[in-house]
Amino acid sequence: MLREAVDAGADSVYCGLRDETNARNFPGLNFSPDELVEAADWMRGRGRKLLVAVNTFARAGATASLRRAVDAVARSGAHALIVADLGVMAYARRAWPELRLHLSVQAAAGSPEAVNLYAGTYGVRRVVLPRVLSVEEIAALVAEIEVETEAFVFGGLCVMAEGRCALSSFVTGRSPNLAGVCSPPEAVGYTEADGVTTSRLGGLALDRFPAGVPAGYPTLCKGCFQASGVTGHLFEEPLSLNAVGLLAALREAGVTAVKVEGRQRGKAYVRRVASVFRRAIDALDRGRDPAALEPLLTELAEGGRQTHGAYRKSWR
Amino acid sequence: MSGRPEITLGPLLFNWAPEMVREWYAAAARCAAIDRVYLGEVVCAKRRPLMAEALEEAAATLTAAGKSIVWSSLALPASSPERRCLREQVGAAPGLVEINDVAALAALPAGRPFVAGPLLNVYNEDAAAELQRLGCRRLVGNVELSLPALAAIGAACPDLELELFAFGRLPLAISGRCHHAHLHGRRKDNCQFVCDRDPDGAATATLEGDAFLAINGVQVLSRAVHLAAPAAAELKAAGITALRLSPHGGDPAATANAFADFYAGRIGAVGLRAALRAAGAPDGGFVDGFLHGRAGREAAAALCG
Repeated sequence: MLREAVDAGADSVYCGLRDETNARNFPGLNFSPDELVEAADWMRGRGRKLLVAVNTFARAGATASLRRAVDAVARSGAHALIVADLGVMAYARRAWPELRLHLSVQAAAGSPEAVNLYAGTYGVRRVVLPRVLSVEEIAALVAEIEVETEAFVFGGLCVMAEGRCALSSFVTGRSPNLAGVCSPPEAVGYTEADGVTTSRLGGLALDRFPAGVPAGYPTLCKGCFQASGVTGHLFEEPLSLNAVGLLAALREAGVTAVKVEGRQRGKAYVRRVASVFRRAIDALDRGRDPAALEPLLTELAEGGRQTHGAYRKSWR
Repeated sequence: MSGRPEITLGPLLFNWAPEMVREWYAAAARCAAIDRVYLGEVVCAKRRPLMAEALEEAAATLTAAGKSIVWSSLALPASSPERRCLREQVGAAPGLVEINDVAALAALPAGRPFVAGPLLNVYNEDAAAELQRLGCRRLVGNVELSLPALAAIGAACPDLELELFAFGRLPLAISGRCHHAHLHGRRKDNCQFVCDRDPDGAATATLEGDAFLAINGVQVLSRAVHLAAPAAAELKAAGITALRLSPHGGDPAATANAFADFYAGRIGAVGLRAALRAAGAPDGGFVDGFLHGRAGREAAAALCG
């Protein structure tokens, strides 16, 4: 998978350890500590960077496991550690002062005040921007901070501020902050009656699909519910994020790196998305607008439907 | 106050008419069971001017009645009006401040003590100790924390006061999007303050009619009411000294008195539930799963029936 991403043109690849210390605790691009060393070497040899996420929040009474994960990352020679928990950050700074720290999107730092506090107190060098900011606000933020920024441009779209959402643990007992999963597969079910498929999470009906329509994955914030006489996707439609068309604006805003969600995906997906973004960024470098590449990714989007999300103010 | 934990009122999470705010806090001021009151806008910067005057009056009334006041601040400041709101909230507060976003730390003068609110991501003793180093005097546990998790924090940080979210719809998520505006076919920028139609949030149900969530502007709450009232000995063992009752449209005095009666042994679990219902607790049933390390929507202990 790492090879696919790099061959297709990724400059950096982010991954995690194979446990609940990272917010994508799914099979896929996650490693054992030994594999991490190997991966970091392999990436360095090709002039690429391995970024490792230890970005869940440690469970009370069990903070040692996250400290061990930090140690493993520091020893692996990876380019940077992506963190969210204040305690983990403080430990990393104390134990591994040379280790480059990136602030995870799970820390939801959406203002210069928050970013500058993390930079000043823990030496954070890059912040992954929460998906609540418009492109204009990102530009304003970048002007007031000293550190690099990284923005999600393709893949899942969190409707709620990342790291500030307990919907999944409310329904299933497991959530991104503590377990590294959202709407986890073991809680998913589908039932059929009268030709209609109902998707369920923890037994609760999340959406209905008539015969012949493929039933979507029951992600909590994209389910169909009722309130105040309205029935519909009250929080968000089942869409995914595709911001290829905004790459020029994001670069103009001063964003250092753009990020594609790829860790729960297949190799073909990773290769395809990485290569389109490589072409888009190369086009930008030659002074051309890559917006025309947007449709190339459409069929990879969830149900073929996509959005610019919070990058456009009208989303709010 | 022998034996019973301190009883606090959390910040009002909803958009109430100023008159309702005044009356509600006047009733709270008359209730001897309430010790501390958190005031201030946490959810949406746009609401702050609407209720500011009523909250100032409430502060004066509550102070005169001997309650201590803590000013709470915004949970997700991102736009420049939101950042201005946060700076004003933190800068203008006369006493102790509750912070609900790391950005507030930057606005606080160095060394000034603060309360860490439940919307901050503090899940363990290392993060709590780190906040303590930065001036945190009291931690209101994140609602996802179980009693053993709080106890682990309490054991590692004995000087840190711990407050437990004990009553109310659970604050589960906050968003860049206004779901209330969305529900009414509007956007955040032209919301016309439709969130004022639902004093306890807009109740949602699944397609099969199961009670689910409650929408409150940019915030999403549980529809069920979280009810946590561990035995006094359990609270003590965990280092919890205060219980937070989150404001709802029901009677604040009757709600607080129900807890006081429960801890004085005058009523049991059944009586507590009945008293809270009679006080006007919102619908959706009682839950306490988070307190027991389970899914938040579960009713894990007999307390929740």
